Amino acid sequence: MAATRTLIRPAPQNPRLTVPEVDIRICLGTGGVAAGSREVLKAFEEELARQDVLAVIRPREDKCDGRAASITGTGCQGLCAMDPLVEIHLSRNGKSSKVTYGQVTPAMVPEIIEKHILGGEVIEKWLVLTNEGPTEYDPFYDAQEKLTLRHVGIIDPEDIDDYLEAGGYQALYKVLSEMTPAQVIDELKRSGLRGRGGAGFPTGQKWEFAAGYQSPDGVKYFICNGDEGDPGAFMDCSALEGEPHAVFEGMAIGAYAIGASVGYMYVRAEYPLALRRIKIGLKAAEERGLIGDNIMGSDFSFHIKLKEGAGAFVCGEETALMQSIEGDRGMPRLRPPFPAESGLWKRPTNINNVETLAVVPWIITNGAEAFAARGYEKSKGTKVFALAGKVNRTGLAEVPMGMTLREVIFGIGGGVKKGKKFKAVQMGGPSGGCLPESLLDLPVDYETINQTGAIVGSGGMIVIDEDNCIVDTARYFLSFTQSESCGKCPPCRIGTKRMLDLLTKICDGQGTLADLDFLEEMAQQVKVGSLCALGGTAPNPVFTALRYFRDEFEEHVVDKRCRAGICTALVTYSIDAEACTGCRACVRVCPTGAITGERKEAHVIDSELCIKCGACYEKCRFDAVRRS
Amino acid sequence: MTTEATVHDADEQEQEERFAELLDHYKGQAGALVPLLQGAQAVFGYLPEDVMRRVAKAAGEPLSKAVGVATFYAQFRLRPHAKHTIRCCHGTACHVSGAARISEEIEKYLGIEAGENTPDMLYTIEEVHCVGACGMAPVVMINDRAHGKLTPEKAVEVVKSFRAEVEGPPAGDNGGAPAGLGGQEGDDE
Repeated sequence: MAATRTLIRPAPQNPRLTVPEVDIRICLGTGGVAAGSREVLKAFEEELARQDVLAVIRPREDKCDGRAASITGTGCQGLCAMDPLVEIHLSRNGKSSKVTYGQVTPAMVPEIIEKHILGGEVIEKWLVLTNEGPTEYDPFYDAQEKLTLRHVGIIDPEDIDDYLEAGGYQALYKVLSEMTPAQVIDELKRSGLRGRGGAGFPTGQKWEFAAGYQSPDGVKYFICNGDEGDPGAFMDCSALEGEPHAVFEGMAIGAYAIGASVGYMYVRAEYPLALRRIKIGLKAAEERGLIGDNIMGSDFSFHIKLKEGAGAFVCGEETALMQSIEGDRGMPRLRPPFPAESGLWKRPTNINNVETLAVVPWIITNGAEAFAARGYEKSKGTKVFALAGKVNRTGLAEVPMGMTLREVIFGIGGGVKKGKKFKAVQMGGPSGGCLPESLLDLPVDYETINQTGAIVGSGGMIVIDEDNCIVDTARYFLSFTQSESCGKCPPCRIGTKRMLDLLTKICDGQGTLADLDFLEEMAQQVKVGSLCALGGTAPNPVFTALRYFRDEFEEHVVDKRCRAGICTALVTYSIDAEACTGCRACVRVCPTGAITGERKEAHVIDSELCIKCGACYEKCRFDAVRRS
Repeated sequence: MTTEATVHDADEQEQEERFAELLDHYKGQAGALVPLLQGAQAVFGYLPEDVMRRVAKAAGEPLSKAVGVATFYAQFRLRPHAKHTIRCCHGTACHVSGAARISEEIEKYLGIEAGENTPDMLYTIEEVHCVGACGMAPVVMINDRAHGKLTPEKAVEVVKSFRAEVEGPPAGDNGGAPAGLGGQEGDDE
C-alpha cells in the first residue's frame, strides 16, 4: 500500500510573510471566553488602532514595512484560574521576550500597550509567566510536559496553516510514505499508550484487533469518541477547541492501521465552540487533500463525518455510541461481539477517545521509545488532568503519569482555595470516587488508583474542601447516574434510583445506621448486576465515600449533623449577638426576610422563615452568623 | 443551538422550506433519525407532533421510534422554547462551588423554574450537566456564551445585563428584580 506513488508532503499554503515585532496570543477556549477574552481581544485591536504606533497585521496576509503587531486567538492556555490569559512575544533589537498576563480586562489593555508593548516594561502586578525570571505561577507550568496538547494554546485552531507550520500532518505523511499498517500498530504497542477515555485499554492492541477482522463489504469504521460526558472533565473539549487537526491526524493514522475508510467524530452538542472549530478544520483539511480521497496523493482514502451527540452520558460507552450514530436510542448491548468484530452497522469498528488520538501523531513523529520513556510502570507517557473545584490554580495540566496526587493538587494546583482544609479529591467522575488526604502520596497510574476504589477515568480531579459534604457529593453523583441510566437493565435502572433515595433520606436527616448497610449491599448488587460500565461503576462514589468517610455518614444518621452545613435539613442558622455589629448586610441579603433588627443592634433570625440558603453566612464579615 | 435566537424571527414559509430541504437531504440515509430531529429542532425551536410525524416518515421509521429517540436524549424538546436559553451548569466542579444557589437566584429573578419559559417567551432556564468550562466554575451559559466564577449575586447581574442588552434598559419598573437584590453594597457599616 505504501510507497506505490510519490506522495505530496504537506506544507502551509500561505507561509508567514513576516514575524511581527509584537505577537499577541489570547486564549479563546471556552474558559477564556467565559472570563471575557473576546472583549479583551477586541480591546487590543481597538486600542492599537487608536494609538496608531503599531500596524495591526495578519502575518500570513500582510507584509509589514514598519512596526507591526499581530493578534491571534488560541485554544485553552491551561491556567483557567487566571483567564483571560494574554501572551505577548516581543522581538525587538535582536532580543525577544515572552510574557503572559492573567485576568486581563479591557480596562487593563491601554496600560499593557503603553508600558509593556511600547515601553518594554514588564507589569509585575498582572504577571503570570515570563521567560525572564521566576513567578509565583511557575509551579503550575514547571512539572508539565505537553505532548497531547503540544499546540493547544499556542496556535490558531481555525487556521490550518498554523498547524502545518508547527509540523502538522507530518506524522500522517511518515505513516503513508514509509510505514505498513502492521508497523504503525507495532509502534503504538511499543509506546504503551492506553486509552485516555477511562478504561485505559492499550491502544495498539485495540487497533490490532480491528485490523484482524475482515469486513463483508470491505468497509470498516474508525470512530473518535468526543462525548466527554464526565461532569468535571474538559480536556477533550480543550483539545478539540485548541487543535482539532491533531485529532483528525490521529484518526487518519489509526484508520490506515486498521484499514478503515470512513470515520465518525461523535462530539457533544454542549460544546458549540469545539463543533465550530471541527467544522472549519475538516473543511480545510479536505480542501488540502489531507482528509478525503487519495490522501497526499496516496492510495489511502479516509473520510470523516461529524455527528453531534444529542446529550446522553451513556453514549460515552462504545456500543451505546454506535447505536446513537445509527440513529437509535443510545443503549449499550452485551459484548462480545466486540466492536472490532462487529461494530457500527455490523462492520469492524475501532473507537478511541479524543485525547488518545491527539497524542498519536506525536508518538509517530518522536517514536514509541520517547513516549514510553515517560510515565510509570504500566502507565506510560503523559496524561492531561482537569483540575477544578476548590483548588487554587484550576485548569488543564499535562504531566507524566506517576506523579503523586499531592504533587498534582498542591504542587501544580497550588493547594486549596482560601486556605480551607482539604477534604477529598474526586477522581473519575460518576464512575470514580473521593480519595482522602491519607492517600495523596499515591502515584497517579491506572493500577494504583483502581486499587483505591476510584479510577483515573478521563482525568478529572475535583478538589473538595471542608465546606463540602461527602454524603451530598455521593448523592450528587447518584442523581447524575440515575438520571443518565438508559433504562435497559433493571439493576442499574432500579438500583441507582433506590440508592439515590437512600442517600437523599440520609441528607434529609431521616437515615439510620441500617440504611448505611443497606446502601452498601445495594451498591454491590448494582455493581455486579449491571449490563455496562455505567451501572457497573455507578456505585463507586458510594463505595469510596463509605470506605474513607464513614464517620461523616454516621454523623448524618446518628448525630443528625452535617459538619459542612450543606444538608439543609441538618443545619440551623443563628446570630451571635456579641459578634453582630448591626450592619444590616445580612438583612438585605436574606431572600425571605427572615432576619430582623435595627441598625447597630444585634439582629435575629426567625427560624420559621429561614430557608437555610446560607446567604447571610456568606455575607457576614464579622463571623456573627453561626451555622450548627 | 446557535439558531435558537433567530428561529422565532423566521416566518412560517421559510421554516417550511428549510424543513423540506432537511427531509430531502437525509432521504434514504441510514442513521438519519437523530440528525433529522436535530435539524428539525433547529428550524422550529422544538419538535411539534406533526413535525415528528414527518421526520419519522422521512426516516422510514414508526412514530413510536422517533418519539422514543426524541425523549431519550436531553437535547430534544417537545414543547416550545423561549428565545434565549440560560443554562445553569451543574457539573461536579460547579456543584461543589455552589451551583445550586446560583440556579435558585436566577430562577427567583426570572420568576420561573428550570425547564420553564418566561411568559413573554424570551427566556428559558435549563439545568445542564457540564459545559466544559470547569476551570471557571461555577458557570452559567447564556445562549452560546459562558460566564464563569459566579456568585449568586454576580449571576443575577449577568442575566440582568444580558436583558438590558436585548430588551433595552428597564423602563420605569425594576425589570422584575425582586426587592433586596438591588444595591446590596449599602452605605452603612
